[in-house]
Amino acid sequence: MRRRYLIALLIAGSAAGGVARLAAATPNEVEIMAMKFDFTPDTIKVKAGQPVTLVLTSIDRVHGFKMPDFGVRTDIVPGLETRVTITPAKAGTFAYFCDVFCGDGHEEMSGTLIVET
Amino acid sequence: MLQADRRDFLKLAGVAGVTFTAGLFPGRDASAQAADFHFVQFSDTHWGYKGPANPDAEHTLEKAIETVNGLAKQPDFIVFTGDLTHTTEDPKERRARMKRMREIVGGLNVKDIRFMAGEHDAALDKGEAYKEFFGDTHYTFDHKGVHFIALDNVSDPGAKLGDDQLAWLAADLKQRKPDDRIVVMTHRPLFDLQPSWDWTTADGAKAIDLLMPYQNVVVFYGHIHQEHHHMTGHIAHHAAKSLIFPQATPGPQPRRPPPPPYDASQKGMGTRDITMAKSATFVELPVTRA
Repeated sequence: MRRRYLIALLIAGSAAGGVARLAAATPNEVEIMAMKFDFTPDTIKVKAGQPVTLVLTSIDRVHGFKMPDFGVRTDIVPGLETRVTITPAKAGTFAYFCDVFCGDGHEEMSGTLIVET
Repeated sequence: MLQADRRDFLKLAGVAGVTFTAGLFPGRDASAQAADFHFVQFSDTHWGYKGPANPDAEHTLEKAIETVNGLAKQPDFIVFTGDLTHTTEDPKERRARMKRMREIVGGLNVKDIRFMAGEHDAALDKGEAYKEFFGDTHYTFDHKGVHFIALDNVSDPGAKLGDDQLAWLAADLKQRKPDDRIVVMTHRPLFDLQPSWDWTTADGAKAIDLLMPYQNVVVFYGHIHQEHHHMTGHIAHHAAKSLIFPQATPGPQPRRPPPPPYDASQKGMGTRDITMAKSATFVELPVTRA
């Protein structure tokens, strides 16, 4: 993990009772849905210095979610809502991707986090 | 290997190729070397792939086999460092691809072949089909004084070696002397080559830690579809080209770019002939002999 980023927390999975959920997210939450072989959305814009919670769900199978620049990795299990909170310290462009091999197209299952000042 | 030896080898090989010479076993004097030998590394053949990155995919493997069969001095053995087949979610089709791939590889003149799995072969069923056709996913063998260790960092879909395999590796290494010559073969890089592109092994650092006390270790791997050379301390890691298509060169892009457009000359693809001596001489063989 790069020291210049603050990582707040971890992950709390909770039964979501289905994936179609999702109640309106609060302003500092971003919902990301995983499905072979995409994340939706695949581009997220956030502000530097402000905590943001990524709310991760999957509608088909277990996927992975990894953001190496923030030291984050977790499984995304269908039927569960997985939350990851990060506080980006600096502006930049960073990758997130699936790190659980999920089939032909797995290598393209990625997204971009854009941190703006 | 001395330069004169290298020239002799190239003459024997009878092919034009790009060479790379590196200190292979820095902890050994030339006088302590066992007899020189060479072997060929195939990697990432992805049998069953159909797509624009290689419109010739159906024939590329057979062409490379013909090239290797044409070497004037045949290798002692041949290794395949993973992704023998292109992945499919259909277990029946997966087995059909493995069966056909094995049949095609049977056309090699050299019959001593060591297979390894890639994530395309083994990650969706934890290696079940792979083992039916190609055997264990991790193993060792010895050849002319060199100890070879094949590691499996792919059949766990999270790209881990896992504690059991690490314990197995530790037990094997305990039987080695500090200056034994050791070649490790993997599919994915053991080190963090480009973590944002998933070019790493989740617990690869643990394997490197286990290998570090040994003076003469070299790692050959695939996965990234291009030639790449890296040192972790005194341990050299050498990635091989793919036989299906090259991948983008590691760079600052957060997300991995798509493969470059197909080049009909198949530059960027091929196999590697590796001579084992005090220094390694890699001859990068083209898919098709000129």
